[in-house]
Amino acid sequence: MEVKVKLFATLRDGRGKIVYIPFFDGITPAYILKHLNIRHEDVAILLVNGRDGEFEQKLLEEDYLSIFPPVGGG
Amino acid sequence: MYGYVGKILRVNLTDKVTTVEDLDEKLARKFIGGRGLATKMFADEVDPNINPFDEANKMIIATGPLTGTPTPTGGRYMVVTKSPLTGTIASSNSGGYWGPELKFAGYDMIILEGKSKEPCYLMIEDDKVEFRDASHVWGKVVSETTKQLETEAPEKSRILAIGPAGENLSKMAAIMNDYDRAAGRSGVGAVMGSKNLKAIVVRGSGKVEVADKEQLKAVVRDCNKKIRENGVTGQGLPAYGTAVLVNIINENGVFPTNNFQEAQFDKAEDTSGELLAEKYLVRKDPCYRCPIGCGRHCKVGDIEGGGPEYETIWAFGGDCGIDDLEEIIKANYWCNEMGIDTISVGATIACGMELYQKGYIKDADLDGVPLEFGNAKAIVEWTKRIGMREGLGDKMSEGSYRLADSYGVPELSMTVKKQEIPAYDPRAIQGQGLQYATSNRGGCHVRGYLISPEILGLPEKLDRFSLEGKAAWVKIFQDFTAFIDSSGLCLFTSFAMGAPDYAAMYNAVIGAEFDANDVLHAGDRIWNIERIFNLAAGVDPSQDTLPKRLLEDPIPSGPSKGNVARLSELLPEYYELRKWSTDGIPTDECKKELDL
Ligand code: SF4
Repeated sequence: MEVKVKLFATLRDGRGKIVYIPFFDGITPAYILKHLNIRHEDVAILLVNGRDGEFEQKLLEEDYLSIFPPVGGG
Repeated sequence: MYGYVGKILRVNLTDKVTTVEDLDEKLARKFIGGRGLATKMFADEVDPNINPFDEANKMIIATGPLTGTPTPTGGRYMVVTKSPLTGTIASSNSGGYWGPELKFAGYDMIILEGKSKEPCYLMIEDDKVEFRDASHVWGKVVSETTKQLETEAPEKSRILAIGPAGENLSKMAAIMNDYDRAAGRSGVGAVMGSKNLKAIVVRGSGKVEVADKEQLKAVVRDCNKKIRENGVTGQGLPAYGTAVLVNIINENGVFPTNNFQEAQFDKAEDTSGELLAEKYLVRKDPCYRCPIGCGRHCKVGDIEGGGPEYETIWAFGGDCGIDDLEEIIKANYWCNEMGIDTISVGATIACGMELYQKGYIKDADLDGVPLEFGNAKAIVEWTKRIGMREGLGDKMSEGSYRLADSYGVPELSMTVKKQEIPAYDPRAIQGQGLQYATSNRGGCHVRGYLISPEILGLPEKLDRFSLEGKAAWVKIFQDFTAFIDSSGLCLFTSFAMGAPDYAAMYNAVIGAEFDANDVLHAGDRIWNIERIFNLAAGVDPSQDTLPKRLLEDPIPSGPSKGNVARLSELLPEYYELRKWSTDGIPTDECKKELDL
């Protein structure tokens, strides 16, 4: 199983649009960010399945992440 | 006088007479300028029940006290009139370079009255004001008009004009300036068209005096630093413009798709801000003294111009089920040329598509261009037809409410007070839903951008599904925005700056002693004069509502599945916070507190 991680805006630089991280019991967004070399302060919006997520929440199989740097305004 | 230049240019188009009047500084300070002051003066001079196209309707084009000063983004102006689309007060804001030029010519605002017998334009060069024949540019698109008038004007003049949509009285017509900046919403371009006024050319040689130059320098330095260091205004908007929201809003499952039948678009990525920056962006196109520079200048083939903004990409993209960014850029271009609001036009085409899908509009009505969700070829063609009022485009030119109503199904129009709701599904952004419902100019996201706290987390993250505290947030955002709109600054500065920053700039420019509370109090006052005008115009509180679909039909799928807008639970609290009666009327106590 893998966790699908969708990256946006500048977070795509050098990483691509979508990254898959092998799932293990207890995996968290914080672990994934570290793995992808993304600092917490560079994350403005973290969504788990399209809902506001927490860095330390335990992910379930089938969960997907959407991660945005500080951007936006319309 | 500081900040204000102290003069009003009154233009009688019927008699071709202009007069210069002194600005009432006391009144100006009470209502700030721009949106606030123009609304106050408009409401004092015009019968709220006037037909917007009657020559007795007026139009005020007003700058704010910070317009034309060194403050960051100090280049905005506001068009205030009675809207032919909504029947409410219209106040449409634009950037670019035209607003400051008007002040350099020596005027805080222009009041347009009456109606010219034949097409004309105004040439303002400092205190020289001329009425000129516009028959040679009547019927021409905005870029051609602007280019032609440039040849007839002093060098470095700034030009504001309407396109064919304004001439044809489309209720969605915009006023354009500097080619592709728009006072876009509520049909203000049609009011200008109804007066047979094609353009206003302005060139000024003066400047705006400020109260305390040294203090202003320090405050501006501080504000610019905040803007630079803020992720949204310092990085996101400069790099991607507003279009970066496509993915953000879609990932949250609140990206209205197929006329709000869905809330997530599986092909949004193909219309994203990231793709726009990668493939079509030619350069940034900042407004006057703007350190943010969200403006885009894009190119597809031989089509090149300003935009598209997020709202535009959504309206012609997801809302019409279209994933072809090139066609969206072209539709945006044609909106600018026609001089018509991209949000309302895109959303009206989306409504037309649903009417076609449900069998109300027939193939025979379509002259070979099906209004089918996903048909990318439809958007450019129908934009032109709407601007020119050709075929069914004639009816569509009246906006989606009147279009859907003509088939007996007004509920298929996604509007508030007959103006199209923008690009955020309020069923799962509860504060934004209340904001849409109570906006004084009908469906609008920039009377109070609750997306900032509810989605982007600025200034703090709120749970978008929750109702808690939302009525208070909406009120504060609406009041705060009313002040910013009246000051002459761009709303986007508020991602990085708070009320104390605006107070500091305002104080340094005009020599006042405002604090953050005064900023909000002035905004509250402005909000209420708009409300009072609307009530007098017969737009009663029962119109503080949302389309039935958003109140009753849960979002069918995606991350926000199962939600509806819980407006009825928020509205009473909002009225109470506003000190309005339970049925939405400003009380005497409210008016007294606001000195109205
Ligand atoms: S942020 Fe964008 S819209 Fe606002 S003044 Fe700057 S360029 Fe213009």
